[in-house]
Amino acid sequence: MTGFWLVLRRDLSLAFKQGGAAMLALAFFVVTVTLFPLGVGPSPDILARIGPGVIWVAALLSALLSLDRLFQADLEDGSLDLLVLAPLPLQATVLAKCAAHWLSTGLPLIAAAPVLGLLMNMPAEGIWTLLAAMVLGTPSLSLIGAIGAALTVAVRRGGVLLSLLVLPLYIPVLIFGVAAVDAATVGLSVRPHLLLLSAISLGSVVLAPVAAAPALRLALE
Amino acid sequence: MHRFANPTRFLRLADAILPWSAAIAVLTITAGLIWGLGFAPPDYQQGDTVRIMFVHVPSAWMALFIYGAMAVSSAVALIWKHAVADLVAKASAPIGAGFCLICLISGSLWGEPMWGTWWQWDARLTSMLILLFLYIGYMALWQAFDDPQRAAKAAAILALVGSVNLPIIKFSVDWWNTLHQPASVFTLSGPKIHISMLMPLLLMAVGFKAYYVSVLVLRTRAEIMARRIRALRLTYAQAEAAE
Repeated sequence: MTGFWLVLRRDLSLAFKQGGAAMLALAFFVVTVTLFPLGVGPSPDILARIGPGVIWVAALLSALLSLDRLFQADLEDGSLDLLVLAPLPLQATVLAKCAAHWLSTGLPLIAAAPVLGLLMNMPAEGIWTLLAAMVLGTPSLSLIGAIGAALTVAVRRGGVLLSLLVLPLYIPVLIFGVAAVDAATVGLSVRPHLLLLSAISLGSVVLAPVAAAPALRLALE
Repeated sequence: MHRFANPTRFLRLADAILPWSAAIAVLTITAGLIWGLGFAPPDYQQGDTVRIMFVHVPSAWMALFIYGAMAVSSAVALIWKHAVADLVAKASAPIGAGFCLICLISGSLWGEPMWGTWWQWDARLTSMLILLFLYIGYMALWQAFDDPQRAAKAAAILALVGSVNLPIIKFSVDWWNTLHQPASVFTLSGPKIHISMLMPLLLMAVGFKAYYVSVLVLRTRAEIMARRIRALRLTYAQAEAAE
């Protein structure tokens, strides 16, 4: 278990030190959402209508943007070889790296989401639900993304391929994330959507490390 | 199963299967099309547009079936390092993507007169579109690696991850209230459509499956040959480099 915390702490400090990607993803998130009022016009009704979708799509893309470095930096400087050889099972290493990725990119996005929700003129109950949906849903973005990142780590120009592989798998998260907020704004129960989001996240906690670990071994062959 | 890990033995089996599957495909698709387009009764609500069903429904079944076949042969390739299974998976992908595309296009053509719209973002249509993206991603991953062995493994992992989508597509019409009608052939209480429409539909389904088998055999044969040519070229290049 100490190995797990070591990998987690290492990745976290790398993400927040100089040259780390944590704050870049957040900046991308904010800028992307800001583009929409400029693009579709500042009409409050339209913004409130598309707000949840825009925020979720921007969150998906910013998670994706920071994913291609999830394993690549380690592959380039050779530390991936050591992580594979380490006594900690590779699946646990993947899980630790996903946890670090979520803490360094997912959490800032969640923190910024309410402010962006206000900018998009979303009602208060919508913002609270958005917050809950993002807390439950964004872990799966890091986990599902790790599968794609592991598969494309050894591929030249893997970034574009990564988005082709990962975005289709993100679609359920997007659908239920937006559906939860829409349900809250019209006064329906948000419970089923939040439960489904949690199910996706919990399922990917189990499946993603199992799929990503052999993909990483393959990259080192 | 391991008997057919030997490509030569697989090729012999393939040669034996191909004439039969091709003949079945031609006969059943011809018969199914003539029956379905010419003799099956028009629907009491939908009129003659219901005949799109004879292409649309079997191709949807095939798109799902082929992804399933791809996932199973990917698992076989990963677990037992089966030499032909990953080629079967690779050869299946474009066929499945083709059927998926046919299903989406014919569904769109059917949707315009019936629902008044070419496209509707409901669960069945969206999940079918995701299936097409999965096929495309799978094929792109094969292209991304120089070394076919590594490409095979990476693609196999992706195929297995993507197979999560299959039950979602199958049950999307039951789980969500959608514009797309729920299952009417494979239900617990038996098929809900009349025998005069069911028969040509099943003929088409058999025909599409036989078509898949024939093209799969052809494509797998080509993949085995391509792999042999690659091995020969590598051997020559190494021999030349050694001189």
